[in-house]
Amino acid sequence: MLTRMIATLMGALLSLSLAAPAAWAQEAPDALVKRVADDVLNTIRGDKDIQAGNQAKVKQLIESKLAPNFDFTRMTSLALGRNWRTATPAQQTQLTDQFRTLLVRTYSGALSNYRDNTMNYKPMRMNPGDTDVVVRTEVTRPGQSAVPIDYSMEKMPDGWKAYDVVVAGVSLVTNYRDEFNGIVQKSGVDGLIKALTDKNQGPAPPPPVAK
Amino acid sequence: MISLDRRIVSGILPALVLVGALLSGCATTESKVDPLEPFNRTMYKVHTTIDDAIIKPVAQGYVKVTPAPVRTSVANFFGNIDDLFSGINDVLQGNGNRAGDAFGRVLLNTTFGIAGIFDLASMMGINKDPNDFGLTFGKWGAPQGPYLFVPLFGPTTVRDGSGWLVRLYTGPANYINDIGVRNSLYGLGYLNARAQALDAESVLDAASLDRYLYLRNAYLRARRYQLYEGKPPPDADDQ
Repeated sequence: MLTRMIATLMGALLSLSLAAPAAWAQEAPDALVKRVADDVLNTIRGDKDIQAGNQAKVKQLIESKLAPNFDFTRMTSLALGRNWRTATPAQQTQLTDQFRTLLVRTYSGALSNYRDNTMNYKPMRMNPGDTDVVVRTEVTRPGQSAVPIDYSMEKMPDGWKAYDVVVAGVSLVTNYRDEFNGIVQKSGVDGLIKALTDKNQGPAPPPPVAK
Repeated sequence: MISLDRRIVSGILPALVLVGALLSGCATTESKVDPLEPFNRTMYKVHTTIDDAIIKPVAQGYVKVTPAPVRTSVANFFGNIDDLFSGINDVLQGNGNRAGDAFGRVLLNTTFGIAGIFDLASMMGINKDPNDFGLTFGKWGAPQGPYLFVPLFGPTTVRDGSGWLVRLYTGPANYINDIGVRNSLYGLGYLNARAQALDAESVLDAASLDRYLYLRNAYLRARRYQLYEGKPPPDADDQ
């Protein structure tokens, strides 16, 4: 009797430990967005330093919880459009590093303001074989009209990753295309790498206005 | 978008919309959406010079010295007037459901919300859903026209700017006879709008290598999205 119980328990534990990573990898894209967003919002709400605009802590939050869920290489290639193919692999790596830094810096300035936001998730239709989907959400703040935010997601070997974020119709990625194209036309891919590096080494963005 | 002192706007905005419409006829197009880019960039410089020197510091001061609940009340008061125009444009676009919500909001907020300073409707779940004359003209088939940057007003297009002119000349403040009161209202409305833009502006500063281009593209994309009510047809920018 006891041995059977132990065997069952062992079996249950074993299947659990085997099942867990598999379930993790198969986490649906909308579930992933919800889990990460809830996690980040809860962290902001529970952390006075972040609410006060402590940039080191905000950056740590972004690096540990948000950034791993984005495909920055694809984002950079989208922002460059047709110029991406003219860049060497080494230049592409540099561009991706700098663009990633720019995005993290930009949105770490804004993140501490998000405490009062509520996220709603719209139902998603998805077929079993899909590898590219859009997760639609809506952010509401008291007294203001709702802001739709869409995440374009692709299936990667290590789970779903976001490669575009579209806020009320404005892509935070492709909105750069004209800017980047103008710089590449004028001073080449290296000129763009330099412009991005200069921007990233410039003064940190000012903290958001106190609410 | 900003409601401005009427005297300033009634001079600058029509002039620029007219110039835009005239130039668009003969412009050799470098950029299809922004054939007047060199002119617009000059206007943008004029704007940032005035804004950095006077308007932005005043708006920052307003945010600093005014308690948040007061600012919220001011924003709600002007937001209530925006809702009225949303409703009018919902009707012009033949959208009864949206019009019902917008006029319902105005009715509730004007009465129980004391002239709009409390946004009771939002608390009751009737959410704000902005609409305007620029979108109405777009739905009626008017072309967007060239992009325009208007100093002290911001990004617009010939179509959207024309919409603002209609709004300006039909606005409820025109029915206020006391010029002092009327101008104070315009001034406060302008300050409120400018203060509300401060947050978005700090993101714009952090994000962009070329503020003019980033702002232009974001404006045009956001308006396109509004025009198609969140479902714009795919175009060259989508991949």
